[in-house]
Amino acid sequence: MVEEEGFRRYIAHIILWIGIAIVAFPVYLAFVASTQDNAVIANGQMSLLPGGHFLETYYQTIFVGTSGSTREPVGNMMLNSLVMALLIAVGKIAISIISAYAIVYFRFPFRMALFWLIFITLMLPVEVRIYPTYKIVADLHMLDSYAGLSLPLIASATATLLFRQFFMTVPDELLEASRIDGAGPFRFFWDTLLPLSRTNMAALFVILFILGWNQYLWPLLITTRDDMQTIQIGIRKMITTTDALTEWPIVMATAVLAMLPPVFVVVVMQKLFVRGLVETEK
Amino acid sequence: MANVTLRNVRKTYPGGFEAIKGVDVDVGDGQFCVLVGPSGCGKSTLLRMVAGLETVTGGEIDIGGRIVNGIEPADRDIAMVFQNYALYPHMSVYNNMAYGLRNRGMAEADIKTRVDEAARILELTSMLERKPRQLSGGQRQRVAMGRAIVRQPKVFLFDEPLSNLDAKLRIAMRVEIRKLQRRLNTTSIYVTHDQLEAMTLADILVVMNGGQVEQVGNPLAIYEKPATTFVASFIGAPPMNLMSTRPEEIRSQLAGNAAADAGILGIRPEDFVITDQTPDGGVALPLTVEAIERVGAETFVYGSREQEEQRVAATPGELPPGEIIVRIPGTEAPAIGAKIRVAAVRQKLHLFSSDGRTRIEV
Repeated sequence: MVEEEGFRRYIAHIILWIGIAIVAFPVYLAFVASTQDNAVIANGQMSLLPGGHFLETYYQTIFVGTSGSTREPVGNMMLNSLVMALLIAVGKIAISIISAYAIVYFRFPFRMALFWLIFITLMLPVEVRIYPTYKIVADLHMLDSYAGLSLPLIASATATLLFRQFFMTVPDELLEASRIDGAGPFRFFWDTLLPLSRTNMAALFVILFILGWNQYLWPLLITTRDDMQTIQIGIRKMITTTDALTEWPIVMATAVLAMLPPVFVVVVMQKLFVRGLVETEK
Repeated sequence: MANVTLRNVRKTYPGGFEAIKGVDVDVGDGQFCVLVGPSGCGKSTLLRMVAGLETVTGGEIDIGGRIVNGIEPADRDIAMVFQNYALYPHMSVYNNMAYGLRNRGMAEADIKTRVDEAARILELTSMLERKPRQLSGGQRQRVAMGRAIVRQPKVFLFDEPLSNLDAKLRIAMRVEIRKLQRRLNTTSIYVTHDQLEAMTLADILVVMNGGQVEQVGNPLAIYEKPATTFVASFIGAPPMNLMSTRPEEIRSQLAGNAAADAGILGIRPEDFVITDQTPDGGVALPLTVEAIERVGAETFVYGSREQEEQRVAATPGELPPGEIIVRIPGTEAPAIGAKIRVAAVRQKLHLFSSDGRTRIEV
């Protein structure tokens, strides 16, 4: 019995390692490619061990950019992506927690109608409403701006629903105790509801940050200036070169750099994230 | 310090459901008033109306000479202890108690004095920095009480505060609440469905049923002279035996008792003795022992009457038709199946009109 247990464990571990290898190998390859000389990659003679051009390639990527397609340094693209992703994540959380608070705790005319209206927007992703959204943003002169990049993506039915579900599990007595303790609606929200929602907000932040960071279609449409483009658009532009060799080390370095902020966010917030998804204790 | 007076208080929900059908209660300064009744009788609703958490649709609530009908809970000068404690989970014990005072803009030094004092009284001093989830049920209960005490309100309101505790702790906390209330001498209203809690805590007992007050008064007076069959069966455990006076067996024994219009006879289990004699003017019943429960200090005998009879409409804790509970000293225990004869003296008989709504003095 004990032997079988051990055997089973080995099998499980082997399967896990195979899984890790499948996921990690391309990432490793991207990193290796980013440290090689472009000519070596173009020849198809790339080694599986890191080459000697690490510092040089990353310096060029971050501060200079490719010499051909986009002349924009990737550092700037990352900044654009970061600002956009943060604005989207923070904005979505702020808007949706406030609307969920209104829907759950206040009685006003057409409350349920509004709730369903928000709910229905779940069925309308960016792609479906892209023309009207573009028109509005253009009319408001928000093309090529951070506001234009983030504002149209900020409203979130999913996050509103999530907060609504969470608020409904908060015992009514807590609100009543607050009322007796002399806390008005704003105080109750700020002193009690927000701290209780901390883990939920953290979990949402992780998901929404990555969602924002990975936006492709919308930034592609509304940014035309090189200095406003996000890293996801940048990578795409770097690959298509008409009359020159694609600068693969720089492309790969950009890909590696594009991965870092989401990884960083997940690692830092992992504990809160997991607690936010599984926690039931109030 | 304040009186609490309810004048013809009513609550009708928008759907037309009448939860409180006109309640008049007067709680004197420093008195401990207990609202007791079965689930759904409106006792919690009434308490929440005093707290200001439910609107009042009729009548007046007067706290310390001020009509508070339209006043916010925070401005009524009351403090409430909830059934599930409703402690703020993310705040330390200290902050839980200090929160209400801070919202009132009290100076931090004064808050500290008050919280420390409350913590000392409730033996929470060593736990002030802990979070509620790190406390046991009894400790959470005490924090909830502490939160009420630091406010130094005119009135304490308790909404079944002990029902989440285990039996032993409940008794200990019950005594503690009583002692605390005596010491602070603060007018209190306490809601419970546990008649034992009600009997032991109350200066004034309010027995409620179906949104109405059945009887108000001193707990012992209510026990001795219940006004209706509902009160008779609700107060006292095991409940009072209620039987119709129609059968000839009982009718003949009551003949001399000026109880011609009485329809229901009630006798408490503890007022029966097993005897062959019939006390003068009393009632004796032959029983067959169906079951016995020996709990140490006393024995409960469940007996059935010889003849089946019509059941008396009384809720709750009602007995099956013809079944009688008798409480005798723990040293005795008749055999199951034995034929016994139990009797009660005249002073211990309770007579009610046939609908159970009126008490008839023997």
